[in-house]
This record gives sequence, structure tokens and C-alpha cells, in this order.
Amino acid sequence: MNWHSVRAVYHHEMARFFRTIWQSLASPVLSTVLYFVVFGAAIGGRIQSVEGVAYGAFIVPGLMMLTVLQQSVSNASFGIYFPKFSGTIYEYLVAPTGWIEVTLGFVGAAASKAVLIAMVILLTSFWFNGVHIAHPVWMMAFLFLTAIAFSLLGFIIGLWAKSFEQLQIVPMMVITPLVFLGGAFYSASMLPPFWEGVAKLNPVLYLISGFRWAFFDLADVPVGMSLVAVALMIVVCMAAIRWIFLTGWRLRE
Amino acid sequence: MSAIIEIDHLSKRYGSGTAALNGVSLKINEGEILALLGPNGAGKTTMISIICGLVTPTGGTVRVGGHDIRTDWRAARKLIGLVPQEIALEPFEKVIDCVRFTRGLYGAGPDEAYIEKLLRSLALWDKRDARTRELSGGMKRRVLIAKALSHRPKVLFLDEPTAGVDVALRREMWSVVRDLSADGVTIILTTHYLEEAEDMADRIGVINRGELLLVKPKAELMGEFGKKHLTIDLYEPLSELPHSLAERGLTLSKDGLTLGYDYDTRADRTGIARLLGDLTQHGIAVRDVATKQSNLEEIFMSLVADKPEEATA
Repeated sequence: MNWHSVRAVYHHEMARFFRTIWQSLASPVLSTVLYFVVFGAAIGGRIQSVEGVAYGAFIVPGLMMLTVLQQSVSNASFGIYFPKFSGTIYEYLVAPTGWIEVTLGFVGAAASKAVLIAMVILLTSFWFNGVHIAHPVWMMAFLFLTAIAFSLLGFIIGLWAKSFEQLQIVPMMVITPLVFLGGAFYSASMLPPFWEGVAKLNPVLYLISGFRWAFFDLADVPVGMSLVAVALMIVVCMAAIRWIFLTGWRLRE
Repeated sequence: MSAIIEIDHLSKRYGSGTAALNGVSLKINEGEILALLGPNGAGKTTMISIICGLVTPTGGTVRVGGHDIRTDWRAARKLIGLVPQEIALEPFEKVIDCVRFTRGLYGAGPDEAYIEKLLRSLALWDKRDARTRELSGGMKRRVLIAKALSHRPKVLFLDEPTAGVDVALRREMWSVVRDLSADGVTIILTTHYLEEAEDMADRIGVINRGELLLVKPKAELMGEFGKKHLTIDLYEPLSELPHSLAERGLTLSKDGLTLGYDYDTRADRTGIARLLGDLTQHGIAVRDVATKQSNLEEIFMSLVADKPEEATA
């Protein structure tokens, strides 16, 4: 393991984020504010509370997760796709740097950006709702683990993509529906039994549930299951990335 | 002189069955400039790509500084810098950040003094804070060289460094390469421009259809394959060449004032002395004589043309 290489890739990626800091932050914060206004203030006024938690506060973990998932995937996928597009990918392939260093650099940076934006959204939510966090350490742990897991997924999407269209399609067609159907704005227990069973097949439900537990001590599935889900996703994605680098699939073609 | 790169029976066959390299063996000495000449698709870039780690070989071995490129790839690659054929730079990045990044990626710690020296030597210091997209083509190429040298490699690969650049810029690049060589960096360059190889290289390798046809010191190659052309200017124009002279292969210009004669420098007898004697015998007065060495282009074309197609396909 060469930490200079990891640091170089991480700094390089973070520098791009800070070059466009206002765009990077303004867009997710603005859309979250809109969610708070529409779901929290307008609809929340009629729903009152879910399992004893004010609806405006109840959706905060879901909104943070929505942003973390979208940002992790888009940052990591764009991060590795752009060198492929510009031709600078050769540098990563000829350097005395292994797949683990390159992955740590890209995924670490993408996860850091996603966590930073999530924290800004959390601060914004304090302005709208009085959110109380029951387990702050677990909240941060879930936040980091989820950001890492989905940054790894985004990294795979970036390695796989052959065009900007492909880069957009997976987050749009897969990630966003999974988050919406994963209980970002409701509890799975609010669904009829059959649909509750279907919802539990969605891996994102486990992440949102664990995260919500860290906030309100309320969970759709046991917290241990949430941890297993995120750990499993990290292991599977790491194995896939290792395979891609060792075989050169979509990299050395 | 010790070999810094040892290539042994290197082969690359693609899935489609195309053989890009056919058992190439070559030793590259430390500190030399080796030019690899060959037409498009000859296998030059494939060979460089294998040594640098971009392409996996299907056979043979390569050692760089004694390290096998497959089993000891980290140590081998630390010794190598690559300047690719295409200009590939992140457009919004500052020049100095690009160079710092590559140094870090190669696992070297920060060394601002060296980066400053490097950028100054490539006349890029004044442009260090410019975004790469704002640079001219020549500057972009120099940024690529700076990146390739950022971790102090011992071997630098330049894949067609002057492809598509104007004459002034080409000469500028040659001067950069000569300076690097003077600093002890081993340089391997591929080129289409025979003038480039002729002007810069210590040794020249000719590659075609995946085979290395020869590798020789430039002077030896020129001497061995060089044909010379003798031009004889006459005082009086000739209306017709005497039969005995025409038989020797002499040619007469349209104005009748110049005779031409091609001869091989490798031949035991060039026949020039006898030819001049025959001219005197025929009463032809000679005003001046001049000889011209054939250039690498002609040598290259004769080598490539001589090679039977089936033997190399």
C-alpha cells in the first residue's frame, strides 16, 4: 500500500469539488429545502406524526440518505469516468499503484463529499425542524458506511460506463426509485403487509431504517440487519472492483 | 554499458488472432537514445504499452532495471516515465498541480524544489498557475513530459512526441530530449519522422509487422545500408552517352551537362576511379564531382520493402 498514491488521488478529486464548491453544495441543499417545504410543511401539516415523530423531522434521515446515495454514486462515477473520457486514465494504469490505492483515493473522496453535503443538509434541517439525534455516533457511522458503500457502487458504474448517458442512467433509473421505495418519506410499517414484504427486498430500506434508528430509535428492520446489509454491499463492490482492475475490463480495452 | 531494459521474445496476439508483436528481443542500454522506426500498425506502440503496463503480453518477458514487469511491477514501473502519443490532460487543472499529482500517484512524496527545477527546465515555470486548456499544443506536450519526469524515472518513453507538430516545435522538442539525455535519462522514442531518428538517436531499431527487423547504432546503419549518389558536372554538354558508359549505369541529364551514378558503399569496389578514367578516355572534361549519402528514409523503405510479407504476418 502506497499512501502517497492514495493521498494524491484523494486530493486531486477533492480539489475538483472545492473548485466548484458553490455548485456542489447549492444544488443538493436547494432541492432538500424544497423537499422540506413540500413534504415537511405542506403535507406534514396534515400527517402530524409517524410513530410519534413529527413528519417534518421523520423525513430528515430519508432526505439525508437520498442525498448521500445520489452524491456518492454521481461523484464516484464521474470521478473515474472523466479520466476515461479525457484519456488521462493511462496514468492510473502505468503508475506503480495498485487497484486498492486508486479505489481508496476515488471512493474516499466521493464519500467525503457526500458526507459533507449530508452534514450541510442536517444543519439546514435544524432550521426547519427541531431534530433530535438519539445515537449520534451510530448516525455518523451509518452515514460514513453508506457513503462508502454507494461510492464503491458509483465507482463501478464509472468504470463500466462508455458514455455520459450510461453514467446518468443507473442513478436515475435504479438509485432514485430504490430510495423513494426504501422508506425515505414513510415507514415500511405504514404499507399493507404484502407491500411491506416487497419493500423489505429493497437493500436501501435497510440503510434508511438503520439511519432512522440512529435518529429516533425507530426501525423497520433490526439494526444488526442494516449493518450486515451495508457491510455486504461494501464487500461485494470491493470484490467487483478488484476483478475489474485485475482483468482490465473496460479499462485496458 | 549495462542494459536497463531487457526484452526477451515478447509477443502480443489479440483475441481476433492479430499478432501485434512476434517474439521481439531487445536490450536497451542505460543512458542511450533509442529510436524505434516503423509504419503505422508496426507494433511500436504495442511494445511501449506492454513495457509500461498498459497492455498484457501473451508471451515473453521484460525486465526494467532487473525487475520483471509482471511479477515485480511496482519496482519496474517506478523507473519508467511515459509520454503518450495523444495529448491527454485534465483541462481545468493547473500545470503545477498536474505535475504534483503524477508525482504523488507514482508514490513519491512532495518535493517542491524538484518540481520547480523541472518546470523551469521545460520553460513552464511562468505558466505553472495556468489551466492546461489555456496552453498551446507545444506547451501541453511539455506538460506531459514534466508529468512523466515528475518522479525522476530512469527511462523515458516518448511515443511519437512530435506527431502533428510544426517544424519549430519539433526542433524545440528535440532540444528538450537532448537535455534529458545529457542528464542521464534513457530515452526510447517512436517516430514516423526519419529525420527525427537520424538527428537524435544513438541507436535505431526498425520494426514492421510486429517484428524487429534490426537494431543498430545510427552511424553503422547509415554506413551499412547507405547508398551514395555521385553527380558529375561537365564542361561541355553531351548529346548522347557513349555506349560503354551507359552500360555501367551512368545516366545523363536532359541538358547533357550532368552525369549521375549510384553506388553501394558496402561494395568492395565502387568503380568510381575506373569510371573517371573512362570519362577521360572518351575525352569528356569534368568540371566538378559531388556525392550524396542516402538518408534514413531510403534505408527504411528498402528494409521494409525487402521483407517478405508471409514471413512477418
